[in-house]
Amino acid sequence: MEKTAILEMKGITKKFENVMANDHIDLQLFPGEIHALLGENGSGKSTLMNVLLGIYKPNHGEIFFNGEKVNMKTPKNAADLGIGMVHQHFALIQPLSVAENIFLSIEKGSFILNQQKIEKQISEYSQKFALDVDPKAKIWQLSVGEQQRVEIMKLLCRDSRILVLDEPSAVLTPQEANEMFKTLRRMADEGKSVIVISHKMNEVMEHADRITVLKNGRIADEMLAAEASIERLTRAVVGERDIAQVIHKPQHQDKDLLVEATQLRVFNDKGLVALHDISFQLFEGEIFGIAGVAGSGQRELAEALAGVRKISSGSVAMKGVPITNKNIEERISMGISFIPEDRLKMGLIPGMNMMKNAILKEFKARDYSKYGILRNKSIRALTQSYVQRHDIKHGGLDLPVGLMSGGNQQKLLIAREINGKPLLIIAAYPVRGLDIGATVSIHQTLLEQRDRGACVLLISEELDEIFEMCDRVAVLCDGKLMGIRNTDETDYGEIGRMMSGESA
Amino acid sequence: MKIGTLRFEKKQTVSLYKKILNPIVFIILGMAFSCVFIAAAGFQPIAVFAKMISYSFLSAKGFSSSVNAALPLMFCGLSVAIAFKMNLNNIGAEGQYAIGAILGGGFALYGPDLPAPFSWIAVFLLCALGGGLWALIAAALKAYWKINETIVTLMLNYIALLLLDYLCYGPWMAPKQTTAMTSTIPKSLYLPMINGISSGVFLAILIAVLLYLFLRYTTVGYRIDVIKNSVRSAEYAGIPVKKFILIVFVLSGALAGLAGFVEVTGILHRVQSQLPRGSGYTGIVIAYLSQFNPLAVIIVAILFGGLQNGSAIVQIMGVPSQIATMIQGTIMVFVIVGEFFNHYRISVDREEKKGGART
Repeated sequence: MEKTAILEMKGITKKFENVMANDHIDLQLFPGEIHALLGENGSGKSTLMNVLLGIYKPNHGEIFFNGEKVNMKTPKNAADLGIGMVHQHFALIQPLSVAENIFLSIEKGSFILNQQKIEKQISEYSQKFALDVDPKAKIWQLSVGEQQRVEIMKLLCRDSRILVLDEPSAVLTPQEANEMFKTLRRMADEGKSVIVISHKMNEVMEHADRITVLKNGRIADEMLAAEASIERLTRAVVGERDIAQVIHKPQHQDKDLLVEATQLRVFNDKGLVALHDISFQLFEGEIFGIAGVAGSGQRELAEALAGVRKISSGSVAMKGVPITNKNIEERISMGISFIPEDRLKMGLIPGMNMMKNAILKEFKARDYSKYGILRNKSIRALTQSYVQRHDIKHGGLDLPVGLMSGGNQQKLLIAREINGKPLLIIAAYPVRGLDIGATVSIHQTLLEQRDRGACVLLISEELDEIFEMCDRVAVLCDGKLMGIRNTDETDYGEIGRMMSGESA
Repeated sequence: MKIGTLRFEKKQTVSLYKKILNPIVFIILGMAFSCVFIAAAGFQPIAVFAKMISYSFLSAKGFSSSVNAALPLMFCGLSVAIAFKMNLNNIGAEGQYAIGAILGGGFALYGPDLPAPFSWIAVFLLCALGGGLWALIAAALKAYWKINETIVTLMLNYIALLLLDYLCYGPWMAPKQTTAMTSTIPKSLYLPMINGISSGVFLAILIAVLLYLFLRYTTVGYRIDVIKNSVRSAEYAGIPVKKFILIVFVLSGALAGLAGFVEVTGILHRVQSQLPRGSGYTGIVIAYLSQFNPLAVIIVAILFGGLQNGSAIVQIMGVPSQIATMIQGTIMVFVIVGEFFNHYRISVDREEKKGGART
């Protein structure tokens, strides 16, 4: 059956400085389909969608909507045509309620806020699309998954016909992701078209109708989901490049005690107890995983060990030396490294160039400054060595790191954090949101650090990652330590039960 | 005809050539606009501007007094610029200038006689100390209690200026004087004049160059840059942010205090009521227009000094001082607006779709 496309993008080309972000991309979208855009970070997925949304102006190319040529000059043009997007970072106003947020997003909103009408509309859509949203709840009370549902609801209330979702499953648990895709399927069944940006192959094979794979700004492959296989997708996504496989080496026995944490109590930003008197030991040469659903106290644990957050009671000792009251600088010099979860807010400075980011922790070292004067030559050499050793792709050492792709930013951050041969590496979600290439490379790096004798504290939401990487795993639930297991003596089922609060 | 939507696009980079050309174009536009009220007041606009420019910048005598007028502006501009390098909004240069002048001037007037270089050094250090201590109040409140430095520094200005008034009308007022000023400081403390230009200018240029190098090439400058860009990343890297707030704020205040040094020892040779005359506020504009670059501060300050000087000279032609002040203000506004166009490009989108434009 020949369907007519609701949307056609033809020959879209977008250049940034010297980088071809999109190179003559053609894309067709039909009513009632879920279309997956697959590709590594920096392959041009987001750029293409930003062109569609009228956020970027393409250098060449045309967009047809229902067969008619349209000019996407501003995001408003796209919104008028019924094209809407759920970004990775939600655009919600925290203190306002769900209904109020949705009201704000309806462009034809009347002068008077008709709360009842909106709430009625919300509950109607909630039922129709299996999209569970409480219109009276305040945004800040909602979990990330619920906030995402509000974003989707916003688009529905705006009568969007084309919905674009950027990495929607990145912030969700597997169960939540399944629910979300069910909702998307119902919307497609209603005749709407959905574009899902993703880098998870299993997910797109399972839930999409068609898959377009982008690589280096070009279309590498396109296929019906029914025709897709992991092999074919992998070849399209990573090309012929050889991916070194991560090999999980068995841990060596009789390791030395590195860190002893006793009865740690830490508060979160809201002043509530985030960690309830937890105790654990870390050994040299191991990867110690922290599993748990989001917001169980992982972030507070990482920050408390790194010294960014105050420990309210309890104690931490490293190699027998108490560090509870030591400041960050002292902890850094004792060999504690920290890879924070939100690298652009803490860890990297997006507005500064690679070299200045590379020496953030070492600018005082004699190699990089003398009598307080920075030694630019050796700083450049250091940055260059990071680039080579970790295969960091960049547009120039002098460009702001904010312009680099997420994977390359993370590689730079990790290169810096392991440069001083730290004893303890705290890694919070080090591969979240990264493509396969970067993920493999970062995992490899962390394993090398373990084999060198460092302890890696790896916080992750992905059980696959925990089991693949870790020697031991601790499970946090609601700020309480549910237990610690050797990964080869437990299974997904047990860890899953501990994550949900069932004590073993 | 339908009117399209205006679009503001931020420019990524601005060439040096445009950075320099842009203010010149907008100064000319500002002058053109000023012609309206000069003409309305019954004067020949061209003649007025010709006089202003030829005197302020083209005659040797006029140029030297332009530079002298710019002298305190240079220090106030540097003061604001360094504070802003760490996102500290120090609008208290006016007050720090006054306190610097009180401490340094007080020593010059009533302190012990010291041999030549030491007396200068003492006055210099006391001016810097006065400005620095005055800034320290706002700095400590900001660092330890997160109290907004903009409001604190502004309020401290009133206190400082009233203190200066009290001294100049009261205990320090020169005998047989009717205006609120002290007697002159000892001649030995006068900064030498070189071809009518105060040697304080060389001090200003030296400090500007040092500041420029300091911010660009030292680990302290690097850390200031890190804090400006991301306080959280600075804390993450173990940089003591509070300590830096204190250091940079005090440095900023000390520079404003040095405006007092050059004015008292170089130009006025006494302390008087309302001494800063708004230099601290003009310093904010100068720092902003210089994009917080210390070297550019010197140049922009001379432009502003010339503007002040030029509007004084046209009063001899009978142009009332109010008109002269209006010319000054108008040109300032135009240059600031011009700065905006240095960073944003404006384009007009015409709506092509029918019914796209709503009324």
